[in-house]
Amino acid sequence: MTVTSTSVHRLPALLSRITGDEKHAPSAHSTLDVLWTLYDRVLNISPETVDDPARDRFLLSKGHGPAAYYAVLAAKGFIPEEWLDGVAGWDSPLGHHPDATLIPGVEIGSGSLGHGLGLAAGVALGLRAQGLPGRTFVLLGDAELDEGSNHEAIAYAAAARLPITAIVVDNQSATHGWPGGIAIRFPGWGVSLVNGRDHDEIEHALRIDDRPHLVVARTEPKWS
Amino acid sequence: MRDVFVATTTALLEEDPRTALVLADISADAFAPALRRHPDRVLNVGIREQLMAGVGGGLALTGMRPILHSYAPFLVDRSYEQLKLDLGHQDVGAVLVSIGASYDASTGGRTHQSPGDVALFDTLGGWTVHVPGHRDEVPALLRAAAGHDGRVYIRLSTRENREPHPTMRPIGSGRGPLVLAVGPMLDPVLAATRDLDVTVVYTNTPRPLDAEGLRALAGDAVIVVEPYLAGTSAALVAEAMSGRSYRSLHLGVGRGELRRYGDPADHERAHGLDPAGLRESITRFLKV
Repeated sequence: MTVTSTSVHRLPALLSRITGDEKHAPSAHSTLDVLWTLYDRVLNISPETVDDPARDRFLLSKGHGPAAYYAVLAAKGFIPEEWLDGVAGWDSPLGHHPDATLIPGVEIGSGSLGHGLGLAAGVALGLRAQGLPGRTFVLLGDAELDEGSNHEAIAYAAAARLPITAIVVDNQSATHGWPGGIAIRFPGWGVSLVNGRDHDEIEHALRIDDRPHLVVARTEPKWS
Repeated sequence: MRDVFVATTTALLEEDPRTALVLADISADAFAPALRRHPDRVLNVGIREQLMAGVGGGLALTGMRPILHSYAPFLVDRSYEQLKLDLGHQDVGAVLVSIGASYDASTGGRTHQSPGDVALFDTLGGWTVHVPGHRDEVPALLRAAAGHDGRVYIRLSTRENREPHPTMRPIGSGRGPLVLAVGPMLDPVLAATRDLDVTVVYTNTPRPLDAEGLRALAGDAVIVVEPYLAGTSAALVAEAMSGRSYRSLHLGVGRGELRRYGDPADHERAHGLDPAGLRESITRFLKV
């Protein structure tokens, strides 16, 4: 693992401030390195440009276990670190599933699985129609692929050659698994298979601008 | 009405670069010229209605004004959670334009009918619902809807009144109890109540319900005739009339499945929404 910024070392401390969502802990931590790499090396977005029409768009589709997301947003200055205390409390803008209207820099509210890919398709189409330069990224979980709505978006994105990069964090959490692998569920997509803990591998895959592109980021299994 | 919708939407795509149209195969032929002209803004996602709603939400997130269109049961019933989350929860809007209504597709059977669509929007709140009663009412409603960022549902039908009407104004000189006729229900209501002492009022915009207008026009009785599930507006009428003593009658499409085909007039008759059926229900109510 290559560390390009000292502040990555602060993530564990930031994560530990978030309590009360232990149920989703494996889910939250499986996404940590992908999220960090996105915000640290790839996304053209900063706390100052969260409303810039030209910014890159990152959509967290799965919504579950957003602790890693919140920790990265705090580390990068999108939200105050104090927000990490008391997550999901009455006065907290951070819930166990994120609400985009409450959190600067968050593009969509999510939590119900299978919504992000369709939204990302629309975002990519909207940016293209307006000639805006931003790229569109969407992160899903392997279990989230159970939802049929994803497969509507997967097929259309390939047929329409949408400029969209989907990242599936695969911690083998789908109840019935994906025999044959996840990539074959994305026919017509460019595919990268990466170690979901290796920032260089993740970065390299995320810089590929296929239309559309799938990055399968494998992490340690949820049930080991 | 569908033809007018196609013509108006095609013009809007030409006039306003913010406008986008998302289809799920239905009416794709009618929009073929628009698709050729604006391939970046006329998007046919195939038979994928959940995706149609998601794409609509995504387009709106980038500042565009999406118009979504299909048969009501596919546009609304099937995509209900997408409408709730991909539009409402993201705090973005779209213009949804349906065809088929409650039983326009009478020969198609239950799968192609959506008598519950307006009730579903009532569970979400914040939606404007237009039910035009005549094709000439469609362009102004559609243009107004395309001009802002709210959530709007326009319910087109093959059933229509002989002529267009302004909304929330009494028709004729009746002075008796208020009969509020929604969209295409106006002509059957007028035929049913021709010689009855009632005040017939038309609306093509049942949501938001014009509570103030209703209170002003209603005496101590309110009859609502709507071309979707009977009683859909009952809670809103009760809210509008809160604190006042009144009687009410809510007529509309029944909840039971008929399991019959035939033509839309057969279904109107079966639901008591033809002039004879309406007259029977209304006179019985007035006699009590």
